[in-house]
Amino acid sequence: MDNFELICPAGTPAALRAAVDAGADAVYLGFRDETNARNFPGLNFTRQDVADAVDYAHARRVEVYVAINTYPQAGNLGPWQKAVDDAARLKVDAVILADPGLLAYAAKRHPDLRLHLSVQASAANVEAIRLYRDAFGVRRVVLPRVLTVPEIAKLNAEIDIETEVFVFGGLCPMAEGRCSLSSYATGLSPNKQGVCSPANHVRYEQRGGALASTLGGFTINVFGEGEQAGYPTLCKGRFVAGDGPAYLFEEPTSLNAMDLLPELKAAGVRALKIEGRQRGKAYIAAVVRAYREALESFAAGRPVPHIDLQAMVEGGTQTTGAYTRGWR
Amino acid sequence: MTASLTLGPVLFNWPVDRWRDFYARIADEAPVDTVIVGEIVCFKRAPFFAEAMGEVIERLSAAGKTVWLASPILVGSDRERSAMRDLVESDAGLVEANDMGALALLAGRPHAVGPTINVYNEATLGWMAGRGAVAVSLPAELPAATVAVLAKAGRELGVETEVQVWGRAPLAISARCYHARAHGLHKDGCQFVCGNDPDGLPVTTMDGQPFLTVNGTQTMSHGCLCLAAEMPALLEMGVSRFRLSPQAMDMVRVAEAFRAVLDGRRDGAEVAAELGGQIAAPLVNGFYHDTAGALRVA
Repeated sequence: MDNFELICPAGTPAALRAAVDAGADAVYLGFRDETNARNFPGLNFTRQDVADAVDYAHARRVEVYVAINTYPQAGNLGPWQKAVDDAARLKVDAVILADPGLLAYAAKRHPDLRLHLSVQASAANVEAIRLYRDAFGVRRVVLPRVLTVPEIAKLNAEIDIETEVFVFGGLCPMAEGRCSLSSYATGLSPNKQGVCSPANHVRYEQRGGALASTLGGFTINVFGEGEQAGYPTLCKGRFVAGDGPAYLFEEPTSLNAMDLLPELKAAGVRALKIEGRQRGKAYIAAVVRAYREALESFAAGRPVPHIDLQAMVEGGTQTTGAYTRGWR
Repeated sequence: MTASLTLGPVLFNWPVDRWRDFYARIADEAPVDTVIVGEIVCFKRAPFFAEAMGEVIERLSAAGKTVWLASPILVGSDRERSAMRDLVESDAGLVEANDMGALALLAGRPHAVGPTINVYNEATLGWMAGRGAVAVSLPAELPAATVAVLAKAGRELGVETEVQVWGRAPLAISARCYHARAHGLHKDGCQFVCGNDPDGLPVTTMDGQPFLTVNGTQTMSHGCLCLAAEMPALLEMGVSRFRLSPQAMDMVRVAEAFRAVLDGRRDGAEVAAELGGQIAAPLVNGFYHDTAGALRVA
């Protein structure tokens, strides 16, 4: 039985080297513009950076995937098509796309380029996945974080392309690629601009002993004295619906599915994805190393070790999210 | 293409009697051309409406409305898949796909594309036209410049484009039920608490500022989208379908007002001012004006 592939994030060349050195099988990254869903200031790769990244990774038998997973802007398809052309020219191992129009372009223009379906395409059922395979020759689908492990197992039994799932990092409680919450509060969106809860719309204000965080003028959280203040990611804010303030959508928490490795293997999952292109190289190295150790132990038939990643998770809490039914 | 009014599916969990009566009144009194029916938010609610569906479709058809069937937004489980397949195979009307799975099953047949399928550019619109799409309802967050490009491309391809001009905007869908969660329940044992809120559950910030609306697994805007004043510009662009999304209010009156704007009998801004007094939410149009969707641009 093949081992899982471990797919790791890189927001910068330094993070990429850290991921490769810590045991990634593949690293995913984006160009420094709105063509990818992590379009944050100071992040991402120039074309030359990607060329260097491919050299560094390939020399160590690690693959490089380029995420071009926002939805191209009407009347201005050029930047997205050029991103696909450049990724192909730079000899990356796969591109991760979401938009049918762009997939059609890539499949026609670069028939040898390996296509993965981004989680941003929100393909959560057999029929949708087969459509992307039949229409564009997609070889792998990154599953949205809405399915339980038994649902993933059933899905894999019916499709003949690889599935990749998120195992660690930020947790989107909403179906990815179908969320306009940020756009409603700020005018900037994950689908269009590649940003979620964009930093330039965030404000913090001191209110006596309390600290309020706002996004686009909406209060996302208020932290009492001594309470640790987190980033105001919209769906992880405290709101009032009926009774007092509560984390209505999701607590500030991180996904960690390490304990589910045997179940994910039995479900036929091919690749495991770590989230966090906005993270620094020390974080990347620690998380990738921990997962590499867990995977090697599992592949050798030993129990999955308990590796403490508590220091790496948001708000100090972890969840297995939608993989277990109780989350719903 | 002549411009027409569409009534989108009821997104809230109304008691089935209310739901049936709503459509009876729409059939008799509302000047809408197309009515889209179906439970698209939560699979668990669907059985309530299934028994009344045939009667509602018949009543609307007899009144001269074109009836389309909407497919669910998020399809994951086997039961949801089989419900989606049954819908696509039924011959009760044209199907509006709200998930790529339904779109897959509809290939080669005339169908509509719903607003929860991402159509952001002319390349994707063209691909969909080639597979049999006859109408595409655009996602709510698209700004005017994008709508203009898509409407033009649609005209060249023979695909009608539709824009939502009234009702809360759908913003997100999840596997998790927030209505149940707000009541300390899980989706599996939700007790159908979403039925308590015929216009959704209001979500305010900790400062008491109205912000969002929870509707089961769906999150919607608090502000009510209203593009009555923008309709002349949308018509100019070539948009030919205008969608009203049902709220728990007098939708016949809403339809009459938008019909008057469409026919050039009333001024859109004046209609917006009048309708603003009919719903307990601010009117918003920010998405269209390329700014925060929660804003109203004069």
